[in-house]
Amino acid sequence: MKEITRSVIAIILVCIALFFVNDYLNKSSGNASNDAVTIYNWGEYIDPELLTQFEEESGYRVVYETFDSNEAMMTKIEQGGTSYDIAVPSEYAIETMKENDLLLPIDHSKIPNLTNVDPYFLDLSFDPKNKYSVPYFWGTVGIVYNPALLDGQTFESWEALWDLSLKGQILLVDGSREVIGMGLNSLGYSLNSTDENELQEALDKLNKLTPNVKAIIGDEVTQLMVNEEAAVALTWSGQAADMMWENEELDFSIPQEGSNLWFDNMVIPKTAANVEGAHAFINFMLGAEVAAQNADYVGYSTPNVAAIDLMDEEVTSDERFYPSEELRDNLEVYNNLGLEMLGVYNELFLEFKMGMN
Amino acid sequence: MEKTSKFAKIYLALVFIILYAPILYLILYSFNSGGTMNSFDTFTWEHYAAVFSDTRLIMILINTVIVALLSALIATIVGVFGALGIVFMRNKSLRNSILSLNNVLIVSPDVVIGASFLILFTMIGVKLGFASVLISHIAFSIPIVVLMVLPKLQEMNSSLIDAAADLGATRKDILTRVIIPFIKPGIFVGFFMALTYSLDDFAVTFFVTGNGFTTLSVEIYSMARAGITLTINALTGIIFVVTLLLVIGYYFVSQRGKKPVGLGVRK
Amino acid sequence: MQNKNSKSIYSVPYFVWILLFVIAPIALIAYYSFLDLSGNFTLDNYKNFFTSVYLKLTLSSFWYAFLITLFSLIVAYPTAYFLTKTKHKQLWLLLIIIPSWINLLLKTYAFIGIFGLSGPINAFLQVFGISEQQILFTDFSFIFVSVYIFIPFMILPIFNALDKLNPSLIDASKDLGASNWTTFSKVIFPLTINGVKAGVQAVFIPSLSLFMITRLIAGNKVITLGTAIEQQFLVTQNWGMGSTIAVFLIIFMVIIMIITGQREKGATSYGKNK
Repeated sequence: MKEITRSVIAIILVCIALFFVNDYLNKSSGNASNDAVTIYNWGEYIDPELLTQFEEESGYRVVYETFDSNEAMMTKIEQGGTSYDIAVPSEYAIETMKENDLLLPIDHSKIPNLTNVDPYFLDLSFDPKNKYSVPYFWGTVGIVYNPALLDGQTFESWEALWDLSLKGQILLVDGSREVIGMGLNSLGYSLNSTDENELQEALDKLNKLTPNVKAIIGDEVTQLMVNEEAAVALTWSGQAADMMWENEELDFSIPQEGSNLWFDNMVIPKTAANVEGAHAFINFMLGAEVAAQNADYVGYSTPNVAAIDLMDEEVTSDERFYPSEELRDNLEVYNNLGLEMLGVYNELFLEFKMGMN
Repeated sequence: MEKTSKFAKIYLALVFIILYAPILYLILYSFNSGGTMNSFDTFTWEHYAAVFSDTRLIMILINTVIVALLSALIATIVGVFGALGIVFMRNKSLRNSILSLNNVLIVSPDVVIGASFLILFTMIGVKLGFASVLISHIAFSIPIVVLMVLPKLQEMNSSLIDAAADLGATRKDILTRVIIPFIKPGIFVGFFMALTYSLDDFAVTFFVTGNGFTTLSVEIYSMARAGITLTINALTGIIFVVTLLLVIGYYFVSQRGKKPVGLGVRK
Repeated sequence: MQNKNSKSIYSVPYFVWILLFVIAPIALIAYYSFLDLSGNFTLDNYKNFFTSVYLKLTLSSFWYAFLITLFSLIVAYPTAYFLTKTKHKQLWLLLIIIPSWINLLLKTYAFIGIFGLSGPINAFLQVFGISEQQILFTDFSFIFVSVYIFIPFMILPIFNALDKLNPSLIDASKDLGASNWTTFSKVIFPLTINGVKAGVQAVFIPSLSLFMITRLIAGNKVITLGTAIEQQFLVTQNWGMGSTIAVFLIIFMVIIMIITGQREKGATSYGKNK
């Protein structure tokens, strides 16, 4: 009994000590009192130096929190209980959030830097006139491959994935829209298809791909491709850029039948406590130098033309990551298909997965 | 006899090698100047320097430790008394139903627990942050404590308690002098398992946290999309070495000048 | 027993916990399981569960949970037994637990590296002239890593049960001429059965809802009920269907509890299985 009592007291003392250390650290970083701007973003999706710079320039204190999926982020915002001033959802999530009345309109007069953004990325169907959102990064879905592990195949067409020589060599992303979309694209259908027959046809076609599929995974795809564990992967362009940065053998291609074009935009959730600060932050992030530094750090494609002028020519002229407008015409943005249809996609994807073992 | 003990040693060595292999692998790469876990370039301390210059990361670590220790402690106390309550229940079917309820949180996927706790907290009006995370961690650690304490309680000979009562021991005496010492190994195991649950949890914490409060797990998981930096490896290395030293140090201090003490003592 | 009252006072927080954090969420889940996407009452979710996809999923979940539990037990029992024979057994036991305090995602990433084509295991195999083996994304790697995760939960209760075993019982059995195996199967194992049961429960039940490593280590070739629920909640946003699967998971758990449950209590366990 004595030992238990002693242990209990020891634990409590340790906690109190740690609490004071934390309190001290909190104060010494000199940000206990100022107005805070709470930012809710994907992990490692911003250059942390920029946060400090923003704090210095604006006088606001930044509280930075991270999420790992659009859906989880929406659940948090919808339930309330915590106030985020900025969030960075993908385009289909913005549509859903608009429908559920989770966003505040953005006052364009407070965002003079909006003129830095390429007009191509403004006024898109998921948010006409950019009433609720401002572009942050964008990209595509394509195929990253390792020519050193292949005998000369290239991937101008989705069809190349079905090649018999690729047995057990392909990694797919764990996303129903991406994988079913690939099936639809390879048949020449729209990746927003809601036609039952087209979807069934896509599933049948995907089931024939099964022998070639090594695994269906998430973000670990980067590590695996860099380590040359697999020869081919279906992935997002931003992630492909990360991989190619680390392993120069790798190449990236967007098949000509078409693929997905995606956007991550900054929004102000309805629960925002510091709307003024949120606008200041958005405007800050759209500044040419800031956006250029951020794009260099994160490695994704920036929609900010003023920033592109400041960036390395070699990066921004790379058609694989900054495809020209003609090439972009071939790409489709995900429509919000509604929960019912999303359920159908997921059910088909589950069937595909179950067929693998 | 000689032969079995040699086999035992080899067997245990193998188990320990496997248990520690991934951790040593992580630590090895924390010295990699290459910046990723992919190929080892040259030796560097830079990631360790990065840990100490990142105040935010250190604060998150401290938060994580506070939540883990406090939640495990409280969960152990609640769980031990819960287990006592269950064992002394006369009604067998009631006892079994309570036991089933106890295990619901172990079987439920974290996402479901997280989402329902979030709904619960917003309904009651608890502000998301330290308190909500602590309460949740206590909540999902209680069942494992009960599960670990129960076998010890069931082994306890009830004649032991009757004998103590016959000798005039008060209720408090029976609890602190007879029951608790007997189930102590179970209590410690329960505490350590609760600690494991708390340190490892990502999904539940993710849902119930907010207002700037984060734990290490949440931070690490959300880094996955853009790649986990080796700073985290270095942090893991530090945590690992410190924990190891603390545990070994504590063990030998508590051993010194005392009769065998520790988890499994029998009195 | 007159001291019943004082005990129930101490147990109050526990029962409050059951009410708030177990019964309330179950009620919520049960409620959601009858809702369709637009929030209307429906039985469709239950009907959907009995389609081939979900039944297949349930079967494969159980099969893998069974394998994980079996291998955990096979590895854990001797480990716990040998641990009780070591000099500083408490310390060694703590050293079994420490690895579980390191973040699981990080350890999983380490396993991806270790099992990889250019990882240490394949390098080791190549020394013996064995060509590159695909270890990741196989049943082997999935079960290996799962056992790795759950093994402390199996070792600890068994260790506690073995540790308090009276050595004179074993001596007596041997003196009576029982072989090692007979001593084990007739004396040691029955006396540790409670610890084994606790271990089996602590491993089998959460195995049914494993996720994350089904993707990272098994490459989604293994799908558990937990993964399916997670998908329904987070991706499909169909809380109704997710809740329905969760309801079945809870039912399965109750069945397991009944099967592995204690038939007798307390004092009698010493005299059982003579």
